[in-house]
Amino acid sequence: MASTKTEALATTPKRGSRGGARLFRNLGRNGKAIAGVAILVVFIAAAFLAPVFFPDDPSRILSGGATPPSLEHLLGTTAKGQDVLALTLWGARSSLLVGFLAGILATLVAILVGLAGAYFGGVLDDILSLATNVFLLIPGLPLLVILAAFMPPGLGTVVIVLVITGWAGGARILRSQGLSIRGKDYVAASIVAGERPLRIMLRDILPNMASIVMSTLLGCIIGSIGAQAGLEFLGLGDSNTISWGTNLFWATSDGSLMLGQWWIFVPSGLAIALVAFALALCNYAVDEITNPRLRKPRRAASANAPTLVTVGADDGKGTSA
Amino acid sequence: MRFILRRLGFYLVAFWLSITLNFLLPRLMPGDPVSRMLSRSQGQLDPSQIDSLRRLLGVDDRPWWEQYPEYLWRVLSGDLGISISRFPTPVTEVIGSQLPWTLLLGFTSLVIAVIIGNLLGILAAWRRGSVLDSFVPPLLIFLGSFPYFWLAMGLLYVFGIGLGWAPLSHAFSVGLQPSFSGVFISDVAAHLIMPALSIVFVSIGGWMLAMRNTMIGTNSEDYILMAEAKGLRPSRIMFAYASRNAMLPAVTNIGMSIGFIVGGALLTEVVFAYPGVGYQLMAAVQGLDYPLMQGMFLTITGAVLLANFLIDIIYVRLDPRVRVS
Repeated sequence: MASTKTEALATTPKRGSRGGARLFRNLGRNGKAIAGVAILVVFIAAAFLAPVFFPDDPSRILSGGATPPSLEHLLGTTAKGQDVLALTLWGARSSLLVGFLAGILATLVAILVGLAGAYFGGVLDDILSLATNVFLLIPGLPLLVILAAFMPPGLGTVVIVLVITGWAGGARILRSQGLSIRGKDYVAASIVAGERPLRIMLRDILPNMASIVMSTLLGCIIGSIGAQAGLEFLGLGDSNTISWGTNLFWATSDGSLMLGQWWIFVPSGLAIALVAFALALCNYAVDEITNPRLRKPRRAASANAPTLVTVGADDGKGTSA
Repeated sequence: MRFILRRLGFYLVAFWLSITLNFLLPRLMPGDPVSRMLSRSQGQLDPSQIDSLRRLLGVDDRPWWEQYPEYLWRVLSGDLGISISRFPTPVTEVIGSQLPWTLLLGFTSLVIAVIIGNLLGILAAWRRGSVLDSFVPPLLIFLGSFPYFWLAMGLLYVFGIGLGWAPLSHAFSVGLQPSFSGVFISDVAAHLIMPALSIVFVSIGGWMLAMRNTMIGTNSEDYILMAEAKGLRPSRIMFAYASRNAMLPAVTNIGMSIGFIVGGALLTEVVFAYPGVGYQLMAAVQGLDYPLMQGMFLTITGAVLLANFLIDIIYVRLDPRVRVS
């Protein structure tokens, strides 16, 4: 695997996203990746099936408030008498939508900024790098708060704000990787051949950083889902939508924690954690595939000797989570 | 020295950009949140205070080149306006009384997480395939996936409400006078444990994995083989040879993670009603307290930038290569 990777870098990669295809093939053989994708599929299915299981408005008030889980309401009801399971399933819709949308947009910004800086260099690179480093350093949550507070409330605002605070980390990594690919001979060849910069960036440079783009994307989605939950928990989200973050906001403001009503705040938090965990698993799988040193050693290491790693050992199965 | 000066320049630019962002936000946004806030608190404010807040938040008809220098001057001289949710306390006073608690919480949890996380990472990389290496990382990744505030809620529920082991809220017991006595300090520590632990649990996995992955790289270096051939004690090789050289990325990571830790601390404070800056944040959000939110943003950004500058100075001590180039 390590040798094929270097091959891919050395030969002229003209046929679209071969790097991406290979990455996906290897992910299919990695235990962590399979576990992660399986969890994600369950949640995405839950988001799609929410209207099937609970066709009525989930914020409808059904019965007396704060009943513990029972056969009638599998996860109990909130202080206002809404079904917690319905709120959790419906919450998956906006939480996943916003998380994935903001994550994808932030990755696109990161690719654009990182590649443009790496390719063009000079003053443009200086400016973009400065912006990247400033956004990396400014603490995310306070920035999220003032942005969300001044912008008109709504899902669109949440997405925009998450993109503004989420792109910088990826841009920095993509730029440094882009810089090293920029120096390769085949990029120079394309420039001499008179290719347009955009084409070189998209066809020659981008496919060779497929794994980094992938882990940037996963990281951005994890960050967006967490940040969205934090924002909504503070009451800065769109209070009209049902999401895991707003569920937690209402759980706290109704005092369910202090009253010992665990069934109200556990499901939404657990859902956020499971989705983030699934994405993190995929991310570590990408890491393992691209960095052969991190793969499981063939034999158990002796107690007091550092592990020697056989570079290039093809043990794509990895560990099971 | 040149490295330090360049970094200092960068931090000054970053801080200037944050002030400018604060200046632009209320002026560029559609709608007029500031007027809404001002009309809501009409009864409390006297005309000179309203006028002052108008100027601060941009409900102002003068052109920007007259407003901007005045704004910069006001912020740099420490005037951040009056808090609406804690009327009529000035924003700087509100933040000044609460920032120490946030710093205490953030610093404590950062130090604990860094030390334990890195130690675990060192041990895991040293014994590849052991229990510590195969089972602990997935567990910690799972813990790290929880939102800070939700883990805080869980800890509070189990240990505070359920078992009654830990105090439920605030930074010290009601009735105690802040002093440097043993009673007060131990009381503060007891109140600090749960909020700090919730941050430690979430962040520790990242430290462990980063250290483990760097250390695996260091372990295959020739000088480790050489040290083994010389017959040095394993613990000496592990700490003085391998982990020492794997530490540098961790130092850089501390700088990067301070922002996250502070964000986590703010949310954790909300859950534990811990009297730091974050505790006031929810009230500020609900009360449309724009001056306070902006003040928090600036103060916290300033603190994070300062911390990063200190880390840069440490980094120069640790890595001689920076001094040479």
